[in-house]
Amino acid sequence: MRALTWHGKHDVRMDTVPDPQIVNPRDAIIKITSTAICGSDLHLYDSMIPSMEKGDILGHEFMGEVVETGPGSTLRKGQRVVVPFVIACGKCFHCEKQQFSGCENSNPSDTQDLGEIAYGAPMTGLFGYSHMTGGYAGGQAEYVRVPYSDVGPIVIPDGLEDDKVLFLSDILPTGWMAAENCQIEPGDTVAVWGCGPVGLFAIQSALIQGAHKVIAIDHHPHRLELARSLGARVLNYHDVKVREALMAMTGGIGPDACIDAVGMESHGFSIDNVVDAVKVATRIGTDRAHVLREVLMACRTGGRVSVPGVYGGMGDKIPIGALMEKGLQIRTGQTHVQKYLRPLLDLIGEGVIDTTFLISHRLPLESAPDGYKMFKENQNEVTKVVLKPDWQKEAA
Amino acid sequence: MSEETIGRALQSDAPLTAAVHQRDVAHEIAEERGWHEAALVGRTVTVNRPRAELYAFWRDFRNLARFMESVESITPSDDRRWRWVVKAPAGKTVAWDSVITDEVDNELLAWESVEGADIKNFGRVEFRDGPPGRGTEVTATIVYEPPGGDLGKLIAKLFQKEPKIQARRELRRFKQLMETGEISTAKTTNAAPQG
Repeated sequence: MRALTWHGKHDVRMDTVPDPQIVNPRDAIIKITSTAICGSDLHLYDSMIPSMEKGDILGHEFMGEVVETGPGSTLRKGQRVVVPFVIACGKCFHCEKQQFSGCENSNPSDTQDLGEIAYGAPMTGLFGYSHMTGGYAGGQAEYVRVPYSDVGPIVIPDGLEDDKVLFLSDILPTGWMAAENCQIEPGDTVAVWGCGPVGLFAIQSALIQGAHKVIAIDHHPHRLELARSLGARVLNYHDVKVREALMAMTGGIGPDACIDAVGMESHGFSIDNVVDAVKVATRIGTDRAHVLREVLMACRTGGRVSVPGVYGGMGDKIPIGALMEKGLQIRTGQTHVQKYLRPLLDLIGEGVIDTTFLISHRLPLESAPDGYKMFKENQNEVTKVVLKPDWQKEAA
Repeated sequence: MSEETIGRALQSDAPLTAAVHQRDVAHEIAEERGWHEAALVGRTVTVNRPRAELYAFWRDFRNLARFMESVESITPSDDRRWRWVVKAPAGKTVAWDSVITDEVDNELLAWESVEGADIKNFGRVEFRDGPPGRGTEVTATIVYEPPGGDLGKLIAKLFQKEPKIQARRELRRFKQLMETGEISTAKTTNAAPQG
C-alpha cells in the first residue's frame, strides 16, 4: 500500500509499504477514506519528538471502511468508522473509569519504559506518534491496523459525510474536553489562548456548554476571524496587552476559566531527551511557558485552568504562588476520546456542531508531503489539511 | 552494617526491593545461601482480574512462557518440579529444574532451582486483593546468583542487562494477557513472531 512515512526533519515521503494484517484477535483493518494532518504532526515534521524511526507511518486523525476483522472484533466489514487517536484496551482500571488516555495496556510492554522514566507512568498507545507511544503505524495511508477495535472505533451512520465526522478522531473531543475541564457555570467568561483547531473547537464547545462569553487570544488574523465567526470576542496579542484587556473585559475580576490551547512546542518525552528538552525549552520554550504563566496570572481567584495544550518536558518559572494563593484548579491531560464519541456524534447529527469550517485544504494522499510543507509554512491560512487516499494526484 | 540497614528498611511498610541499600539486601541473601553474589529483582503490578484466576494461571508454570520473552518453555516433571528452558544469545538455551518450595492457594507461590543449576535462582509471586473493586496486586520477586565463567559471560547479557527492566516488561505482558486476552504489539503484519 501507499503511506506517508517519516525520514527525518522536514523529510516525509510517500512510500510503498506492506499492507497491514490482523495480528491480534481484537484487531480490525480499516481502508482509509479521509485522514488529516494534525498540528502535533508538525512536531514530528520538525523532528522535535524523540523515538521516531525512519519509515514510521504518520497520522492519528483518520476514518474509513472496515475491510477485515479479527475473531475478537465487534465490527463488521463494510462499516464506516472513525478511529480515536488514543488506543485503549477497555479492560484496565483506567479504561473502566473512562480515563481512556490512561490505558495501561495499549502501549506494548517494551516501549512503556521511556514514559515510566520520564513521567513516572508509561504513556498510552497512540497511532503514528513515535515509539514512546507504542510505535503504532498511523493512518496517513491506504490501510491501517486498529488494535482493540471492539473498544475504540465508532460506527458512522450513512448520510454523514467524512468531513463532518473526521475530527471526532482527535481535535473535536480534545476541544470539548478542554471546555468540560472548565466546569462552566452560567455567567462564566472563558478565555482561550491559541486559535488552532483545538482552541477553535474549545471556543465552540465552551459556548455550547453554557459560557456567557468566550475571549479568544492569538496573533494569526485569519484564525482570530474564525474565532469571531464562532461567537468569540478576540484579542490579538501583538496589538493589545492580554492581561489588561482580559481584566477590562471581565469587570476587573479576570476570566472564570482559562484554556491553554497552545502548549509547549518542545516535547521532552523520554529521560534520554530530558537534556535535549531543557535545551529546546530554554531556546524556544520561554514564550510558550509564557502562555501558562499568563493563564495562571489572569485567571480569577477560585477560577479553573484547563490545559489541552501539550507539554512534554520540564516547566520553568511557573507562578506556583498564583496557583495556590488564588485557589486555582487545574485540569489537563490527553483526551479520553472514546468517552466523547457518542455524545459528540449525536451533536453533529443534530446540527449543533459543524466542524467543516476548519478544513482549508483537501488533497490526495499522494500529495501529503506538500500538505505538510504548506501547513508548516502558512499557519494563518492553512487551518486544516484533509488527505483523501482515493483521489488521484492529477485531480488536485 | 548490612543487617542494620536491612533492619531499618524493614521498619517501613515496603518490600525489601524498595530498600535504599539494595547492595546490603543482596549481600545478606548471598551470605545466607552461600552464593558469591546475589541479584534481586522485584516488581508489583495491579491486574484487573480476580485473585484466584491469576493464581491458577501462574500455578501452571507452562503459561509463563506466554508472556516471558526470554523463556522458551517451562514443562512439568511432576506437579512440584518444573524444567525451565531459557533463551541465551547466539541461539543457545540454558536449562534448569526448579521445585515449588511454598504455596498457599490463591495467595503465594515460591520456587527454587535445584542443586546443580547453572544459574542458581529462586522466585516468589504473591497475590493480594487490591482495594475494593481494584483488582489484584501481584508482586513478583526473583533472586539469582549472577553466574561466572564462560557460561556466565554468555548469559550475562541476558540476565544482567537491565534485569529490572526485563522483569517489569514481563509483568506488563502478564497484565496485558490477563486483562485484554492479548499481548499488545505495534506490529502490522504476522510475518514476525508474536507473543
